[in-house]
Amino acid sequence: MRYLDEFRDAELVKNIVGEINRIVTRPWVIMEICGGQTYSIMQNGLDQLLPSQIELVHGPGCPVCVTSLELVDKALVIASLPDVIFCSFGDMLRVPGSQGDLFSIRAKGGQIRVVYSPLDAVKIAQQNPDKQVVFFAIGFETTAPVNAMSVLQAKSMGLTNYSILVSQVMVPPAMHAILGSPSNRVQGFLAAGHVCSVMGYWEYPAIAEKYRVPITITGFEPVDLLNGVLMTVQQLEEGKHEVLNAYTRVVSKEGNVPAQRILNQVFKVCDRNWRGIGMIPKSGLCLLPEFDDYNAEVRFDVGRIQTKESEICIAGQILQGIKKPPQCPAFGVFCSPENPLGATMVSSEGACSAYYRYARNESVKA
Amino acid sequence: MGHGSGGRMTQELIQQVFQPHLSAPELLAGNDFAELSVASVKGKLAVSTDSHIVFPLVFPGGDIGRLSVCGTVNDVAMSGAIPLSLTAGFILEEGFSTSLLESIVISMEDAAKEAGVHIIAADTKVVEKGKADGLFINTTGIGWIPNGLLISGSEAKPGDIVLVSGTMGDHGIAVLAARGELGFETEIRSDVAPLNHMIRAILDVAPHVHVLRDPTRGGLATTLNEIACQSRICITIEEDRVPVQSAVSAACEMLGFDPLYVANEGKVIVIVPETEAVLALKAMQNNSYGQNAAIIGGVSESPASRVLLKTRIGGTRILDVLAGEMLPRIC
Repeated sequence: MRYLDEFRDAELVKNIVGEINRIVTRPWVIMEICGGQTYSIMQNGLDQLLPSQIELVHGPGCPVCVTSLELVDKALVIASLPDVIFCSFGDMLRVPGSQGDLFSIRAKGGQIRVVYSPLDAVKIAQQNPDKQVVFFAIGFETTAPVNAMSVLQAKSMGLTNYSILVSQVMVPPAMHAILGSPSNRVQGFLAAGHVCSVMGYWEYPAIAEKYRVPITITGFEPVDLLNGVLMTVQQLEEGKHEVLNAYTRVVSKEGNVPAQRILNQVFKVCDRNWRGIGMIPKSGLCLLPEFDDYNAEVRFDVGRIQTKESEICIAGQILQGIKKPPQCPAFGVFCSPENPLGATMVSSEGACSAYYRYARNESVKA
Repeated sequence: MGHGSGGRMTQELIQQVFQPHLSAPELLAGNDFAELSVASVKGKLAVSTDSHIVFPLVFPGGDIGRLSVCGTVNDVAMSGAIPLSLTAGFILEEGFSTSLLESIVISMEDAAKEAGVHIIAADTKVVEKGKADGLFINTTGIGWIPNGLLISGSEAKPGDIVLVSGTMGDHGIAVLAARGELGFETEIRSDVAPLNHMIRAILDVAPHVHVLRDPTRGGLATTLNEIACQSRICITIEEDRVPVQSAVSAACEMLGFDPLYVANEGKVIVIVPETEAVLALKAMQNNSYGQNAAIIGGVSESPASRVLLKTRIGGTRILDVLAGEMLPRIC
């Protein structure tokens, strides 16, 4: 496939790995922010190709994983209502709430539909005027513009039966939270290419400067990821801490300005609770008050939710790069993709799921 | 509902829709049973049953009729058996279109002819509207296993070679596309096909085949895991060698699916001693359903019950079974 095969080229991969080996002189801890990157690393076995001095730790960039338990529970309540069609990206269906998941609601007769885009949910709302259609608007800055667009579209169509349950989060505040934590181990970042394609990377120089960490905007294919690692290691070895773009075919400094405009038209910055991590100030996006009619939390009475999180799961430490999945006592024992204790075991972008699927057997590494 | 009453309307349905196409003497005899003579059978019998539900009932490359015949013919053939006869049970939802039913029965007839099997017993029930999704078909197949064959998921041995008969994921993606769930149009057709003749051709030149299995639900990855567990061995395949149509891999890229987990209905995994691997490969490639056949990997002793994938760029990772439903990714 054009534009993909070039970035999966075995020869190029070998050359970049050779170059990393040549320049690395001591151990470095590098975090890839995005769960999509974690998955690609594990799926392609990239971690095995890198010199032992380079440790990749996995970041919080899995929207399914960080969606707060309270919001998951609210989703379960709303999806159980008889006149609701609840629309979601597929990944959310298996995420455990305090009691059950969306799959279990579907099995009990709840109308739950997997959609690829919130605009499909708007279409469903148009076709089902006697039902309330709710879209679970989760994600980072990548999904925010299209989720915002769905609200604008529903408004312009005069739909009164469409609303969104918002769990939008943002990357830069999470980077601040990780780097500002006393237990931080991260020395360099691979920034999430898709998030930057929307937002650009004008927000990052301040972070690089404040914490003196190099940040490389990185894509998702093997060549992209290794190139990101190489550029980060180069900076680390030279004692630099700049923001570099290793994903120029997709990302510009200013990002997708029209998309940002739509985002700002519908959302405002708010504090947000991250599952496993806790409250991060100004790390989320919420609907502006003028869009209350499209806010599922306003439309449905879901105020009094009592949440109950697994006591064993260490997803929070994994999402902050403090621990790795095999260090969890439940990993592969009580916790598996079929019976997940935490969301990191569910999502195809979750670190635990990536380890479980691709590297739970130590002999693979030999 | 009258068509399922067992009375005159049932007779009409049988005479007008089924009998013109399903016309084995055993069926036309009008008895509640079919007689099978087993005196000529040397070796063992293989029996398999499968209930077929698919939405939509008609999809590019096939329909539930062709699927229900090929699925069971293939399951019987995977033992090395020569499929002989099928039975078919139909569950119809009230109000189901008779013309659609007839076209599905015709495609069953065509698939059965192609496979060289007879449908010797059949049953029809009609349920109230809303109690079924259009049409369900159960088929049961019987075949005989010639003496000397020992083919089973538990027979893979270290040193064996692993082959597939063609491109992976065509059926699953064709059905998704037909549901309109892709959001774009494709020309991908289901690979649904009877494989018994190709399997005969393989066994003619490679009589020591250890495993034959069709990678249906759960795809290649899940099926290889079943074999690795049954045989308590390790299967390693090379990503680069697994044939996948470019349209299928493009669709999978966009949706966040992995073609190795997508269903096939006209493909077979063959595990065979190294000495017969190339012969088996050639036999497949000479068959119209095996033109894209390829050697994709091999069997080793450990880690037992595991499937490993050598990635395109030289890494190695676990190829696990699918956990539940395949769900599209977010971004």
